[in-house]
Amino acid sequence: MDGQSCVMIMNEWDIVAARQLGRHAAKELGFGAVDQARITTAISELARNIYHYANGGKIYIDKIEEKEKKGIKITASDHGPGIPDIRKAMEDGFTTSGGLGAGLPGVKRLMDEFYIDSKTGEGTVVQVVKWLR
Amino acid sequence: MAFDDDIQMKYKEMLANYIQELTEQALYEGQRFSWKAIEHKIPPEEIINIHLKVLKELFPDIPKKILDSFDFLLEVMVGYGLAYQEHQFLRGRQLELKSEIEIAANVQQALLQTNIPKVEELDIGVISVPAKIMNGDYYQFAEHENTMSVAIADVIGKGIPAALCISMIKYAMDSLLESRQNPSYILENLNRVVEQNIDVNMFITMFFGKYDFRTNKITYASAGHEPGFYYCASEDHFYDLQSKGLVLGVDRQVKYEQYELNLFQNDMIILLSDGVTETRTKEGFIDRAAVTSAIRAHLHLPAQQIVENIYKDFEKMQGFQLRDDFTLIIMKKNV
Ligand SMILES: Nc1ncnc2c1ncn2[C@@H]1O[C@H](COP(=O)(O)OP(=O)(O)O)[C@@H](O)[C@H]1O
Ligand SMILES: [Mg+2]
Repeated sequence: MDGQSCVMIMNEWDIVAARQLGRHAAKELGFGAVDQARITTAISELARNIYHYANGGKIYIDKIEEKEKKGIKITASDHGPGIPDIRKAMEDGFTTSGGLGAGLPGVKRLMDEFYIDSKTGEGTVVQVVKWLR
Repeated sequence: MAFDDDIQMKYKEMLANYIQELTEQALYEGQRFSWKAIEHKIPPEEIINIHLKVLKELFPDIPKKILDSFDFLLEVMVGYGLAYQEHQFLRGRQLELKSEIEIAANVQQALLQTNIPKVEELDIGVISVPAKIMNGDYYQFAEHENTMSVAIADVIGKGIPAALCISMIKYAMDSLLESRQNPSYILENLNRVVEQNIDVNMFITMFFGKYDFRTNKITYASAGHEPGFYYCASEDHFYDLQSKGLVLGVDRQVKYEQYELNLFQNDMIILLSDGVTETRTKEGFIDRAAVTSAIRAHLHLPAQQIVENIYKDFEKMQGFQLRDDFTLIIMKKNV
């Protein structure tokens, strides 16, 4: 593990700050231009969900290392209303924004690993990882 | 994957060639490349990245600002890439669903399978074609000692919900037919089953008739079903098969009036679903007279050929696009 950084998501400008932080870490790790764009897109989606549905939360960016693999881990965490039906939220074509953005299935596609945990009334945690190839 | 490995080299070769010669042929290579790339699921942002790398190799001193602009383009294309992947995924799902529905349609066919009675007294022809994969029309014949019954039903609506509904009707009918009761009794019972079990927004119309071979009399009742026709051979005239009755499933208490008709040689009973009368041509809906004149045109043929010919005529009239399930039954009195 190598230094964690974190951005509070309270308003729309914080989404940009989170992207900035993620791009910085991705660059340092040596991700190419396409992967950088994918990582920042994933961060936007997660941050936007926090902003829209949870009324605030945090995005953590970690550089991680595991068995000679290096990667970036993004954790989006909030104490919002939670997602009642995660399976449904993960379905392709379910986004409510009607084409604005990739939604959770898109985030999953952009990254190598995806974990989600959500409890109604308690909040949501989404954790995604992209490995450097 | 050979294609993935040397994709950048190939791209470089093709691009260099195009820049050198500026020919249509060289451009066409680009289009062929895209098919291969799509086949290998290479997302659009990846293509842009390859383009950028190749540019850097071909032109080592491109201004940095131009190179930077590619970051912007990449960001834009990542969204397109995701939309494209989602599209591919949904396309796969669509194919899966389609084959599932086809299997369901086969199950339905097996379930609804009814034997058309082969009797001396009547020449019977039947055709029933679904507009989509599953049929929301239904017909059923049953033979008893001296009688034969015929039912034709239509669910208001099409596709899978209608087909599921029909399966329930069939199930209820099977046990009702055991009772060998008269048409009004059958419809009144079925009405209660439908009223209890089916969604309020779903309506079913049905015609039920019972033919007695000893008296050559058909007794029938109708629950709001598209009226059939009675062809009187001695007058050479088509009459509407008059009948009154509410569609099934609306009111528990409803009573169905029963009608009778004596058949003589060459007389016909024609039953249909509204998919027949609602055949739409460029000029609008056809009218019921179009159905009778179509029958008249094939009058000399056996009943099965009449219905098949009419189906072919009507199919053609509406440009081979069926908008509603199409069922037509003709029963012609022999001897
Ligand atoms: N952090 C969150 N807190 C509560 N609900 C969420 C959160 N993230 C997503 N959701 C719910 O999951 C649904 C799907 O999210 P997503 O895939 O991002 O699509 P979209 O945001 O376009 O609707 C959202 O409509 C929302 O109801
Ligand atoms: Mg969203």
